[in-house]
Amino acid sequence: MSPDSSQSPPDRRGLTVLAWAWVGLPLAYGLYELVRKATQLFTG
Amino acid sequence: MIPQVRDTAVVPFSRVSSRMPAARVSYSGPGGGADPGACAAIAWCPGSSQRAGRYLPFRIMSPPVAPPGWSRWLVPPAALSVHLSIGQAYAWSVFKPPLESALGLSGTQSALPFQLGIVMLGLSAAFGGTLVERRGPRWAMTVALVCFSSGFLLSALGAATEQYWLIVLGYGFVGGIGLGIGYISPVSTLIKWFPDRPGMATGIAIMGFGGGALIASPWSARMLESFGDDSSGIALAFLVHGLTYAVFMTLGVLLVRVPRTARPVQGAPSALAGPQVSARGAVRTPQFWCLWIVLCMNVTAGIGILEKAAPMITDFFAGTSTPVSATAAAGFVALLSAANMAGRIGWSSASDLIGRKNVYRVYLGAGAVMYALIALFGDSSKPLFVLCALVILSFYGGGFATAPAYLKDLFGTYQVGAIHGRLLTAWSTAGVLGPLIVNWIADRREEAGHHGSSLYALSLVIMIGLLAVGFAANELVRPVHPRHHVPRAETEEAADVPRQQPESA
Repeated sequence: MSPDSSQSPPDRRGLTVLAWAWVGLPLAYGLYELVRKATQLFTG
Repeated sequence: MIPQVRDTAVVPFSRVSSRMPAARVSYSGPGGGADPGACAAIAWCPGSSQRAGRYLPFRIMSPPVAPPGWSRWLVPPAALSVHLSIGQAYAWSVFKPPLESALGLSGTQSALPFQLGIVMLGLSAAFGGTLVERRGPRWAMTVALVCFSSGFLLSALGAATEQYWLIVLGYGFVGGIGLGIGYISPVSTLIKWFPDRPGMATGIAIMGFGGGALIASPWSARMLESFGDDSSGIALAFLVHGLTYAVFMTLGVLLVRVPRTARPVQGAPSALAGPQVSARGAVRTPQFWCLWIVLCMNVTAGIGILEKAAPMITDFFAGTSTPVSATAAAGFVALLSAANMAGRIGWSSASDLIGRKNVYRVYLGAGAVMYALIALFGDSSKPLFVLCALVILSFYGGGFATAPAYLKDLFGTYQVGAIHGRLLTAWSTAGVLGPLIVNWIADRREEAGHHGSSLYALSLVIMIGLLAVGFAANELVRPVHPRHHVPRAETEEAADVPRQQPESA
């Protein structure tokens, strides 16, 4: 058995959530500002 | 003496698939040592990479090979951290009015850093693409981080000392190199991690470039409100931008990994499936130039709307019972940005299902129909005008995001990042062509006494013609002739050699 398969790889779910939050939160802020501005087309 | 395949060769998949000949990578020369010629050429031989990595932070000279069990879903956020940052370029206009008043600049002068930045984006992507393929995504992201952030820091110094040339040099020249290298840095790696869904993977990253402006625009505006819009306030804003983007992009540098094998996902096709063509070979094929025309025409048509969106909708409905206010026009521009972003991820993902050629038929064919609808009925129905413009902008974004996957289909993953870099010169050309057509024609029509929607009638017809040219070019795309292919057997053989070097955990 190779060394790679002898032990299960570490669980990286936390890292994945953190990484997506790192980029997702600023993007969500940008989208929020965009929606706020875009609604002016119908209300402005 | 016939060279022997070394069973402990240190051959990362990314390196093998981006450097040829593969035989020089995986074979040892007479005497059992690594071929010194190959080592000198590829800088990724036992010893050389480790020597390089030992002295550099994060081992940036070594492609970071994924350890066992590394999730491929960690790669898109790495790509997004870079693209969301460099996408700030589209929000440069926020800095224009304060710079003009603080440093006494004209509108043309204050646009210089952005224009030089876009030129440098095209040049560095075109000429740096091969280097990016050779050195790997971590190196490229590090270069992008250093250039983009130090561009802001130089600009901060320029604003503080009121030396405008430093802002042009910093943001435009140095930062522009960061834009180009950063733009292409994750493309090749994403395609290798997602051979089953290359359109979706590159769509996520390239969507980030559109999203970067959405974040930066309100953020920069609020910063200028807080710090003041005099030269010291602008300098402080530049400084905060440089430092924040450096921290933000670090995630990409730390997280990015290249897959251990050409088949990173069970059941997915190998990333080395299909023909493989080098960047130098690709630019000698008619397929590359057909795609160049396709991208150039699609982007020109999109920019034509994007550039004049606010005045266009105002002019179209100026003489009607429901005129469009400046505030509503700003909302329309924001909605177009949303369509641009949605098109990048949506249409690019759809191309994985319906095929690249078909999706470009939609962009170019349906795009021409949308332009025709605006030309014929646009001024009689506001919802129709808005809907058609949104569809056109979604095609514009989709065209950008689908291009890397189209290149992968035609030329393989071998040097797809470098080929993509060369293709981006079509974007630079369209960036000049699109606004030039619409603005020049609108100005001449206005001088001739026209007003309202008739200012744009000729531009719309020209856009339809350009899209028809793009459609024809797309129809001419055929599989690449085998004489351009690099020897596939050697590439696959080398890629399957198990790696023995420590993983980049």
